[in-house]
Amino acid sequence: MTEAEGHITVQDLTMAYGDFVLMRDLTFTINRGDIFIIMGGSGCGKSTMMTILIGLKAPAKGKVLYGDVDFWGSDPPTRDRIIRRAGVMYQSGALWSSMTLAENIALPLELYTDLSPGQIREVVKLKLALVGMAGFEEFYPSEISGGMQKRAGIARAMALDPEVLFFDEPSAGLDPVSARRLDDLILELRESLGTTMVIVTHELASIFAIGSNSVFLDVSKRTMTATGNPNQLLAETRDPNLRLFLTRGEKS
Amino acid sequence: MTARGEMIMEQPSADTLKVILSGDWKLGGELPGADKVQQRLEGRPGVRNLVFDTRELTSWDSGLLTFLMNVGTLCSRQKILLNRDGLPPGAQRLLELALAVPEKTDARQAEARVSFLSNLGNQTVYLFQSAGEMLTFIGDAVFAVQRLLRGKAQYRRSDLGLIMQAVSAQALPIVSLICFLVGLILAFIGAIQLQLFGAQIYVADLVGIAMVRLMAAIMTGIVMAGRTGGAFAAQLGTMQVNQEIDALKTLGISPMEFLVLPRMLALAIMMPLLCLYANIMGILGGMVVGVGMLNIGFMEYYNETAKAIGLWNLGIGIFSGLVFGVIVALAGCMRGMQCGRSASAVGDAATSAVVTAIVGIILSTAVITILCNFLGI
Ligand SMILES: Nc1ncnc2c1ncn2[C@@H]1O[C@H](COP(=O)(O)OP(=O)(O)O)[C@@H](O)[C@H]1O
Ligand SMILES: [Mg+2]
Repeated sequence: MTEAEGHITVQDLTMAYGDFVLMRDLTFTINRGDIFIIMGGSGCGKSTMMTILIGLKAPAKGKVLYGDVDFWGSDPPTRDRIIRRAGVMYQSGALWSSMTLAENIALPLELYTDLSPGQIREVVKLKLALVGMAGFEEFYPSEISGGMQKRAGIARAMALDPEVLFFDEPSAGLDPVSARRLDDLILELRESLGTTMVIVTHELASIFAIGSNSVFLDVSKRTMTATGNPNQLLAETRDPNLRLFLTRGEKS
Repeated sequence: MTARGEMIMEQPSADTLKVILSGDWKLGGELPGADKVQQRLEGRPGVRNLVFDTRELTSWDSGLLTFLMNVGTLCSRQKILLNRDGLPPGAQRLLELALAVPEKTDARQAEARVSFLSNLGNQTVYLFQSAGEMLTFIGDAVFAVQRLLRGKAQYRRSDLGLIMQAVSAQALPIVSLICFLVGLILAFIGAIQLQLFGAQIYVADLVGIAMVRLMAAIMTGIVMAGRTGGAFAAQLGTMQVNQEIDALKTLGISPMEFLVLPRMLALAIMMPLLCLYANIMGILGGMVVGVGMLNIGFMEYYNETAKAIGLWNLGIGIFSGLVFGVIVALAGCMRGMQCGRSASAVGDAATSAVVTAIVGIILSTAVITILCNFLGI
């Protein structure tokens, strides 16, 4: 692998809802090609962190750099351009319910590429096949299972061949086997496409299986307390809260 | 006999308080409170340990535990060591579980009772804020229309078609019924008065002008507010809850253009047509009374109506219809987009959309009427 190159850098970031400060002093780097895990207990602000990274909510303080562009310091058109190179899979899948899966995936292609309808159909077919859902083009989101909705959500997120993919709790609400398959899918996509993956989760199995780098948000300290490879963190950390989190609270 | 718990306190040594519990410590029975312990402690500042004796305790449930919890907080506040050994083993474990995580101190406070004046103040501030939001929303909508006119707006033509169908053809039955009956009612009421003067024929004028200039538009507007405004709010609200709107935003698609614009266009195109249709239904309603009850000839009634209506009235009615259509669409979409993240928020959004739309319709009717009066039409 080539030398690590910063893809997204978070600098001295504070996130807050009004006066309610969730986390402060967040500084970490997501490298190109990483599978980067944002981990922490429920309600610590993982999803909020993601909404800041994908441009839905401004930070109270601090910077998010994409490459060396200050994301929140840029004008809206620049932000739009940056974020269009990112794909997002939301916790609920968030497929547009009034459209078929094919239409869901085709929409970004129709809006942002010059592909002909025939070419778009081909791309849609490919993306669905990549997530193991070939032949589901004409289904509506309400007609498929939760695990399939998440897969289709990934297919849509990949429509524009993004440089970075964000996932909010990909395995939440899935049975262990489907969750495992989803992890495998994420790994395979990273291997074959080289896409940077940012994953919000508290599922230990996923964290250790696929994470190459991570940040731990400690809800009791209102800040991050560690960043690094999760397996390494488990082996080396002395921080009792992180230990507790990584070992499911089992007393050693 | 109701269950009854007893408590005796003694002090085996100067720094130890022994709490002896006996009887039935069950919810619903008569139980001593932790304040008794507090009173006892206040008199003796030297106490450092608190122990229990429960050998005489016959039965217990949450009643005992709430008491112990209170004593526990009391002890930790006064830095007294609470010794759990004397308690029944089950109670020991439950107490440990309950005290394991310290109480969240910065938790949200229970909603304090606010005085009438500060409530009034808050409501006023809220009113101004929501007026601000409404203006921003209308401003964004105007921008979206501008982009549409320059051919740059991002929306799906097929959505527009579907919505147009939903707001027009499917609304015909209810609009027919209501406007027919309104015409009929107007004619009835007018007929009773006009018959006194032998001027029955003017029922045609009354119904014609009232329907065409005002009533058809208002009645259609209100039907659409309930039928379509609420539906728009529910659709967009559900999309908000499911993060579908977030998914649009992160693709750089403006929800204003993609979702609001086609709905606004659909109603702006269809409402004037619906109004025309409602006019006809209303006049038909009046005609049933005129021809059937007042014995006016069919052609006579028709001619009188045609003479009375005039192009201006028709134009004002249709213009009102257009305005109401835009209001219903904006109210529905705005409440939908402002929807919170829970399922119940969707219901609230739909309700609030209908109210906003009806208020908007009545207000704009007043404005249009006054303007017409100024212009002398
Ligand atoms: N829109 C909001 N307004 C106010 N507080 C919010 C909002 N969304 C989330 N929160 C609060 O922020 C905290 C973190 O939420 P979230 O980022 O969803 O946590 P996580 O994804 O780690 O479970 C929670 O305590 C939640 O109550
Ligand atoms: Mg979350």
